[in-house]
Amino acid sequence: MNLRPFMKQIAPGVLAVAGLFAGLNMAATSAQAEGPVRGGELVIGAGYSASSLNPAVQSGFGAGVPGAQLFAGLVRYDEDFTPQPYLATDWAFSDDGKTLTLNLVRNATFHDGEPITASDVVFSLNAVKANHPFKTMLQAVESVEAPDDYTVVIKLSEPHPALMVALSPLLLPIMPEHIYGDGQELRTHPRNLQDVVGSGPFKFGEFVADQRIVLERNDNFFIEGRPYLDRIIVQTVRDRSNMSLLLQRGEVHYNPFTSLTLRDVDRMARTDGLSATTDGYGGIGAINWLAFNLDREPWTDIRVRQAIAYAIDKDFIINTMQLGRSERATGPIASSSPYYTADVELYDLDIERATQLLDEAGYTPDADGVRMRITIDWIPGTVEFGKNLGEAISAQLRKVGVEATVRSLPDFGSWIGQISATSDYDLSIESLFNWGDPIIGVHRSYISSNIRPGVPFSNTTHYSNPEIDALLDRAGGETDPETRAAMYREFQEIIVDDLPMHFLHKVPFHTVQRDDLMGLPVGIWGAMAPFDQTYWAE
Amino acid sequence: MDTARPFFTVVGKLETSMKQKLLFSIGLVISVVILNFFLIRLAPGDPAITLAGQAGGADEETLAHIRQIYGLDKPLFTQFFLYIGKMLTGDLGTSYFYNLPVLDLIRERVFPTLLLVISSLFISVGIGTILGVLAARNPRGLLSYFVTFFSLGGYSVPTFWLGQMLLLAFAWYYPIFPIGGMQGFRVEGFLPQVADIAMHLFLPALSLGLAFMAQYSRVARASMLEVLGSDFIRTARAKGAKESSVLFVHGLRNAILPVITLAGLQLGQVISGAVLVETVFDWPGLGRLAVDSIFRRDYPTVMGILFASAVVVVVINLLTDVVYRWADPRLRTNGGH
Repeated sequence: MNLRPFMKQIAPGVLAVAGLFAGLNMAATSAQAEGPVRGGELVIGAGYSASSLNPAVQSGFGAGVPGAQLFAGLVRYDEDFTPQPYLATDWAFSDDGKTLTLNLVRNATFHDGEPITASDVVFSLNAVKANHPFKTMLQAVESVEAPDDYTVVIKLSEPHPALMVALSPLLLPIMPEHIYGDGQELRTHPRNLQDVVGSGPFKFGEFVADQRIVLERNDNFFIEGRPYLDRIIVQTVRDRSNMSLLLQRGEVHYNPFTSLTLRDVDRMARTDGLSATTDGYGGIGAINWLAFNLDREPWTDIRVRQAIAYAIDKDFIINTMQLGRSERATGPIASSSPYYTADVELYDLDIERATQLLDEAGYTPDADGVRMRITIDWIPGTVEFGKNLGEAISAQLRKVGVEATVRSLPDFGSWIGQISATSDYDLSIESLFNWGDPIIGVHRSYISSNIRPGVPFSNTTHYSNPEIDALLDRAGGETDPETRAAMYREFQEIIVDDLPMHFLHKVPFHTVQRDDLMGLPVGIWGAMAPFDQTYWAE
Repeated sequence: MDTARPFFTVVGKLETSMKQKLLFSIGLVISVVILNFFLIRLAPGDPAITLAGQAGGADEETLAHIRQIYGLDKPLFTQFFLYIGKMLTGDLGTSYFYNLPVLDLIRERVFPTLLLVISSLFISVGIGTILGVLAARNPRGLLSYFVTFFSLGGYSVPTFWLGQMLLLAFAWYYPIFPIGGMQGFRVEGFLPQVADIAMHLFLPALSLGLAFMAQYSRVARASMLEVLGSDFIRTARAKGAKESSVLFVHGLRNAILPVITLAGLQLGQVISGAVLVETVFDWPGLGRLAVDSIFRRDYPTVMGILFASAVVVVVINLLTDVVYRWADPRLRTNGGH
């Protein structure tokens, strides 16, 4: 058995525990006053606008970063995908894996002083199930009950291993029923943006559309003594040059999911007092791939798809274009996932083989040396990992006689229409996220029941393989981690061989941050987790 | 009715040509509303799918639900009449993206945009005209050449580039001004806040103003050259009027008309230019919201902003006419154009 992936997963956990003991030891021996410093303000730079502060109705960073401060969740996650107690003190699955019982922390209150009870959890879970865009994450939940004020029982139609990940504040914020259950539509509820009430470490202060979100310290947070910071300000800085100037001037302290180019990230990392990290993006598992339109010639022929894969120089993309700040994506599951395997066909650059495959498929060069003329689309707004990549790929494909034109659609809405509604494309560069568990972010792109024209981020290549459908169905209900990992290994091998898309690289999300910031969240959700342990070194 | 009566009283007192202009302006705004409603729906991309895509995905039921919430499931003409009906009651609808009333979003941003546009107009018209007048005094002098050179330079430099250069120079190498935004969030008290906004405003207003200033200085210079050759200027000088009085009272009063015309005509362009400056400086104005809303397929917000900017442009054009009449008494009679 290859232990490397396992060690890779467990190593941060072991280190964290060792660090914790070391920390405890040090804390016991050194003066008491050496603990985290209280007070201070953290300015988070956001390169995007938030349209909701409630992650129950909106996925993504915009709602995720402030949402995880405003709303607490049942569990929180370390970087090793192990759930830690949060509003739930402990939990247990029944032997058949179909019932989860959680015990809630006592005497916790919402920001308005009302107690948090099991009925708020029942309400929140049902509301998220009905409104959250990730339909699969709670799909097996049959019912939620509150036998008493501090016990929640979740009943499943079948075992559902994604459930625990779905209990993070990012995906299941616990909302006060007395506010959000007032009968108004949750998706458009006015309290999603103004006077937001949750039970997280920070309270709502102010929301000014496209400018700033101010979060104030929650003095009655249910974890004694936390948070350490007095205030968090999420400042919208849409212009990249402004963001880098603000970081360098020390006016923005922390910039997760940075919109800076990798060249600028490099520059920031070299700046005194600043550093750049890729920690904290394990749960998101963002992969950039090149999708083939399987409904259209010549992509129905696997030899053509293989030829394209062999003709693309991934090392050039990663080491030269992305300054070595990214790494290869080998298959549909991100390397940060416990279910990842690298043991698949890698399609390393092989021009000769690509040419031979195209010859075999009957695509011979014309008088101009061109075998076929195709288009490459990319998601508008993602220039560095979309357009630039498309142009590099287009240049590389020319070497095997494929003339690719990079199409630039005007905006996201047009792109979604073109790719998912009308399926009018040849190749499409797309970034998709794993979102913690394969059930949430991976299955959607491969199962044939999710071929839904017009539905964004569905199975847009129209890949259909009964073997994959059955395999994912079983893996989705498997509770034994070993068996489940084996199933996902098989899944990755089949997908990489079938090649409905060619996996290019991990999206190199970076956080640029001040060096004197301590205790930043680096779990699987990074900045989309509570900042209750964050403090300034001085 | 009570609020309408003074309006009609004022209209009744207006000259016929102004009445015609007023009616024409109202018609123009109505056409803008109708055209925008249908034009934006011709853009590719369904708002429900765009919204679902931004939220992270959806299924058919969710898409149907989104369409139902925002009334997108109704026939186009029904949507149109519902929109017009709401508009007549002063409701510009709810933003699909923020789920906030469009009127509130516009209200929040009208002030920053007006502040930016008016201050940049002040810079471009005010300083541009003075430079032009001074240059006209000695058409072959150093100042005149400088104004010509400056005009061509200012006219050809893209606003966003100028903005970035100003930022780099005066917010980074010489960190005098703040970087982007309209207000620091740590400033308290009325006067400190005003000073803070002024500091934030300086570079954006300057980069927007400089681009247009060039044109005003050119126009003012040409117009002044013509006027300064007139008999009445010679008479004024002969009477022993001071040079400053000759230039700014006798000369400029007669040379200002083309400048006013240009200012009225260019207002639309200044607002468009503001979009770029707002983007470079992260200035929270209407222009940037408009561009974002187009990309987000946020129909009500786009339509609301276009309506508001149409009203602003029309009102400013009417005001230009009024100023025109004030500056040139010959136009105060009926039928003068």
